[in-house]
Amino acid sequence: MKPEHDSIIDIRGLSFLRGERAIFDSVDIRIPRGKVTAIMGPSGTGKTTLLKLIGGQLRPDGGQILLDGMDIPRLGRRELFEARERMGMLFQSGALFTDMSVFENVAFPLRVHTELPEDMIRDVVLMKLHAVGLRGARDLMPSELSGGMARRVALARAIVLDPDIVMYDEPFTGQDPIAMGVLVNLIRRLNQALGHTSIIVSHDINETLGIADYIYLLSDSRVIAQGTPEELAQVDSEQVRQFMQGLPDGPVPFHFKAPDYRQDLLQEY
Amino acid sequence: MLDVLQRLGRGALSRLARVGRAGQILLQSLLATPQPLIMVPLVLKQIYFVGVLSLVIIVVSGGFIGMVLGLQGYTILVDYGSEQAVGQMVALSLVRELAPVVAALLFAGRAGSALTAEIGLMKATEQLASLEMIGVDPLRRIVAPRLWAGFICMPILAIIFAVVGIWGGSLVAVDWLGIYEGSFWANMQQSVDFYDDVLNGIIKAVCFGIVVTWIAVFEGYDCIPTSEGISQATTRTVVYSSLAVLGLDFILTALMFGEL
Amino acid sequence: MRMRTVEIGVGAFMLAGILALVVLALNVSGLKLSEQAGSYKVYARFDNIGGLRPRAKVAMSGVQIGQVKSIRIDKNLLMAEVEMEIFNDVDYLTVDSSASILTSGLLGEQYIGVVPGAEDDVLEEGAFIQDTQSALVLEELIGKFLFNKVSE
Repeated sequence: MKPEHDSIIDIRGLSFLRGERAIFDSVDIRIPRGKVTAIMGPSGTGKTTLLKLIGGQLRPDGGQILLDGMDIPRLGRRELFEARERMGMLFQSGALFTDMSVFENVAFPLRVHTELPEDMIRDVVLMKLHAVGLRGARDLMPSELSGGMARRVALARAIVLDPDIVMYDEPFTGQDPIAMGVLVNLIRRLNQALGHTSIIVSHDINETLGIADYIYLLSDSRVIAQGTPEELAQVDSEQVRQFMQGLPDGPVPFHFKAPDYRQDLLQEY
Repeated sequence: MLDVLQRLGRGALSRLARVGRAGQILLQSLLATPQPLIMVPLVLKQIYFVGVLSLVIIVVSGGFIGMVLGLQGYTILVDYGSEQAVGQMVALSLVRELAPVVAALLFAGRAGSALTAEIGLMKATEQLASLEMIGVDPLRRIVAPRLWAGFICMPILAIIFAVVGIWGGSLVAVDWLGIYEGSFWANMQQSVDFYDDVLNGIIKAVCFGIVVTWIAVFEGYDCIPTSEGISQATTRTVVYSSLAVLGLDFILTALMFGEL
Repeated sequence: MRMRTVEIGVGAFMLAGILALVVLALNVSGLKLSEQAGSYKVYARFDNIGGLRPRAKVAMSGVQIGQVKSIRIDKNLLMAEVEMEIFNDVDYLTVDSSASILTSGLLGEQYIGVVPGAEDDVLEEGAFIQDTQSALVLEELIGKFLFNKVSE
């Protein structure tokens, strides 16, 4: 499977600067339709920034982000909001609206974008909540949920409009093993059942490798490797191997840039 | 030398950029296409948080300030034998100055800081970004109702402050110090003019409401989304809006009463 | 249920605001709703108006019958010309009425006191009160007093 055949998102020559520092330097990424694509890389390589660029919340300094041929950075405000209706995003913190119950949180996109009658909204919301296993928690407030549950509610909210693309920002960070297993399963199952495209940004190697069809590895503002999980395991690059196997020291040094250890200690203060 | 100049220029430019962003946010929120069905319940809810919950502090402070004015006015005026004029003094100083200004300062501390912290926290927990991704403009959904609520509540709070203050003044002057009730109110009614004094005071309160709410909402929306950033933004809201209220008060007073 | 508390609270708040405004208007500033019956203008020229200001009251026997609208200088006569608004129901000011600038109390505000005369004709819109008495200016009084002392 090669992503060139049918990509829903096509990023060409993307550059993005934060101050003087380049987060992305002429990056090309293609997201295949209907598959689970993972964007991986060490912390601070701008993975979350990439999702914000796709969502049009940030504007790039160069290059194109094509969603089915539409260049997202060039869209007007109204078109951008229409394009966003096709996307669902699961934020790292869940980002549930704290002044609404679980039910209202999930119903919110429906109320904003559709004119559905109340009983149909109820049906759709309960279906989505059932899909994430939280139909019974509909009357709780977000503050009463555990971290894993909050993320599952947020997932239900992200898919309630049946979007074409679901983006996951670090879905596994800070979860206990059980919650993590539940989430991994959910992402895989929902992708198969609903047929949308999933983009996962993560640095949890094992979980991500388990569900991704295609992986991009980012480091130093460039794509350093791409391919299926099996292909990546074969790549003979020290940088890739260090990340994939979680070695503490390698091309990405363990030590932050510092003067010589011995000299530093012996220095007169 | 050039470095100093450069730093000065950079500071000035970034300030200017902030003012520009603040103006942009204000315009975008207020000019957003009105959707009364969605807006009205949101504004009502914010009026509750911004206005109704500020009532206690406004009423208590208003009462005490009026009582102090009555007491001080009496001790000053009694030396000239014109303690009958205490009603006019209490009413004029409250209606023209103290009600709008003190109510605005309390409003900045009570409601303004809460607005900043709330919006800042929404930013920090990605609720604003999440609204955007759902395809809802947070300026319209979060910022605009709070702005309108602030604009509506501030004048009402100032009017209530003035009335409670005058009542407090009469309590001290008439019931405690024994000034004849008739001359207390008659003197007041003769010297306070509805258009020149009461309406001008309300205009002041409207201006202060706009400025304080605007600053509070902008600081929240523009804050650095960390706990430190939110606390700094909250402090800035109180400091900037207090300074703005006092400065603006002088300008408005000069325009309204300067020629008299 | 929670929305109900919010709505009741906001309703009470708005009501309190409106009531407070009414109190300010009627009780504090003495705005009278029924008194928009109208008024007519009467003029008077004074040598010196002292501390008289627009909005000062015009009274007869101490009862308010109108207020001062504006004050300006008559360029031909070089005197102060005061424009007064007299309530319409005051239709008994004769053409030989006299107007004088008085002070309420020792430190109080200055106002115009009107005393009607004996003629049958009454003042019309735009009429002038001929018989006027200027404000007492303390410095002039003291000056006169000293002058008299010296000349004695």
